[in-house]
Amino acid sequence: MTSVVLLDHGSGGRASRRLIREVFMRHLSNPVLDTMDDAAHLELSGSLAMSTDSFTVDPPEFPGGDIGSLAVHGTVNDVAMLGARPRYLSCAFILEEGLPLDLLERIVRSMGQAARAAGVWVVTGDTKVVPRGAADKVFITTTGIGEILADPAPAGSRAAAGDAVLLSGTVGDHGLTILSRRAGLALDGPLASDSAPLHVMAASLATEVGDIHVLRDPTRGGLATTLNEIAEQSGVACEIREEAIPVRSCVASGCAVLGLDPLYLANEGKLLCILPEAKAAGALAVMRRSPYGAEAAVIGRILAPGDKAGAGRVILITRPGGRRLLGMLEGEQLPRIC
Amino acid sequence: MRERGKAVENRLPESLAFADPALCRPLLDRLRRDLDRPLRFMEVCGTHTVAIFRSGLRSLLPKEIVHLSGPGCPVCVTHDREIAACLALAGREGTLLATFGDLMRVPGPGGASLKTAKAQGAEVEVVYSPLDALRLARQRPDRAVIFLGVGFETTAPAVAAAVIMARGEGLRNFSVLSLHKLVPPALETLLADGAPDIDAFLLPGHVSTILGLAPYRFLAERHGKPGVVGGFEPADILQALLLLLDMLRTGKTAVRNQYTRAVAPEGNPRAREILFSVFEPADALWRGLGEIPASGLVLREQYGDLDARRLFDLELPPGAGIPGCRCGDVLRGRLSPPGCPLFGSVCTPSAPVGPCMVSAEGGCAAFFTYSEQREGT
Repeated sequence: MTSVVLLDHGSGGRASRRLIREVFMRHLSNPVLDTMDDAAHLELSGSLAMSTDSFTVDPPEFPGGDIGSLAVHGTVNDVAMLGARPRYLSCAFILEEGLPLDLLERIVRSMGQAARAAGVWVVTGDTKVVPRGAADKVFITTTGIGEILADPAPAGSRAAAGDAVLLSGTVGDHGLTILSRRAGLALDGPLASDSAPLHVMAASLATEVGDIHVLRDPTRGGLATTLNEIAEQSGVACEIREEAIPVRSCVASGCAVLGLDPLYLANEGKLLCILPEAKAAGALAVMRRSPYGAEAAVIGRILAPGDKAGAGRVILITRPGGRRLLGMLEGEQLPRIC
Repeated sequence: MRERGKAVENRLPESLAFADPALCRPLLDRLRRDLDRPLRFMEVCGTHTVAIFRSGLRSLLPKEIVHLSGPGCPVCVTHDREIAACLALAGREGTLLATFGDLMRVPGPGGASLKTAKAQGAEVEVVYSPLDALRLARQRPDRAVIFLGVGFETTAPAVAAAVIMARGEGLRNFSVLSLHKLVPPALETLLADGAPDIDAFLLPGHVSTILGLAPYRFLAERHGKPGVVGGFEPADILQALLLLLDMLRTGKTAVRNQYTRAVAPEGNPRAREILFSVFEPADALWRGLGEIPASGLVLREQYGDLDARRLFDLELPPGAGIPGCRCGDVLRGRLSPPGCPLFGSVCTPSAPVGPCMVSAEGGCAAFFTYSEQREGT
């Protein structure tokens, strides 16, 4: 095989079939995908959760993961946030002409490993090749489907006064890793993406603890944005204690240098769990049992209606003991000028 | 599969250590105890603006201590006519503009911005450092790469270094549009009418790493206003406020240094040497403050071939200003952001009318983002 992706690989002819067989089938194989039919024949029952996400990340490989594992974890986690067990994924690739085949193979292999670890099958897929410049190396879209385990399912609109807000671990790791790689900045410390599957933690919360009001993974926009979305959807005010939010030391110092706030940086292996205060200790124990939840913490609470903070707002009690809004940012955070 | 968990460091980074309540509380208590007069202090650094809001210090300070944001946000003080010049360059055939991200969204004449220019086909790249702009010039010999030099004394030495490197390499397609500004002349202008509303200045930590203390001495010597160069963590700011209050109480006004771990009294002479080998002071336009003598930096004659103004024969286009926008008054500390009739209604971070709402370090954006108070005072 040639060592880079050619437009031929997307033609539907022999080159396409070779690529599918030698790269995709080799790493993603399972009984459903292997039938090579036009559609996947699935066995599912009950209430279902479905989610889709497109992944475009520059660079495609980064400390802690790559676009392949990220495309699996991202969608698996979104499905899991409905208190569901993720079962199947579809994946569509858009490849840029000239993409090194060994890079593609590493990405697909990593995707296969991540899918096996998450207990999901990639059951259908598609590949297109676009001319050089029409895409940035590789774009992946995954769609996931899973069976809902909790009744009622957690939802962003269910946060209620008296609930505790729990976070499964440190924030900002993924966002700062990508940003520093992209900008070619060498930051100190063991900086790595936190990309990880959270379906087991989410399922344990839903089935062992129960009465989970909200589960959500604070990806793009970070913890602050996700909290604001929940406060708005639920029509409640939320109070967060800054000192309770776990932030890795290298992330805190990297952010301080660049003038960034880790609360607005993306995470790919963390979840927020909002549930009645009385259940917080049990939920915390379940989260900490997970390999991805060792640093889980209670970070705040949902305030009573009529609190001066006002519905839809998130208040941060800062480290020195001050009080301020934890608002949403307009766009991407930018490193400071001076 | 992944490296994780093993290497969580125990050392608290400086940014967290200086926010420690055990450190901040006694400083606050002393400030409350010693406060025997109103203290209206102005900071002139966007990083201070954000730090004071973000740390929640505003909610902790006694109400007699009033925080004013001065002309310290580099994007905010960039004049309409300078933005218009950037847009004019973006429209020239064959140019590629390299800019810090904040400048992208600043509205110029008719609401156009570099962002909208880019969407319409102009080549504009966001860079993190002037060295990135040099790299772009090497990669794109077919384009005239123009670095938009915005910022104060902190940023300018690195731009000067890039200019020297470009000269050394003989890069023919690189130039700089210098819109740099100098902090002390702006303070001088603010004090022209005696600035009765400002009791003291919190001086910029980053800028002072380059300048040292000497350029601010006139604040105390000629105007009787105390100034303290302060760091950016809550304990730094509280300590600087204590020093300011102490000077006001004893009547011994001076310019002092709280940020000793970063700022040497003499600043960084080497950086200044590089800066002034490439640039020389010139009159400059400031939003809100107008034209201030010797408050900007232009490339020296011998670097004329790297000066975008000369290369593109660029005149600053006339500016009409932004109707209703009171960023100028905000930058002078005369108006608190919610006092502007546009604040929070017509002008928000999603649809900014003026630059103080565009830049994350702008006084209006910081107020909107962090303050629970949204109505005028």
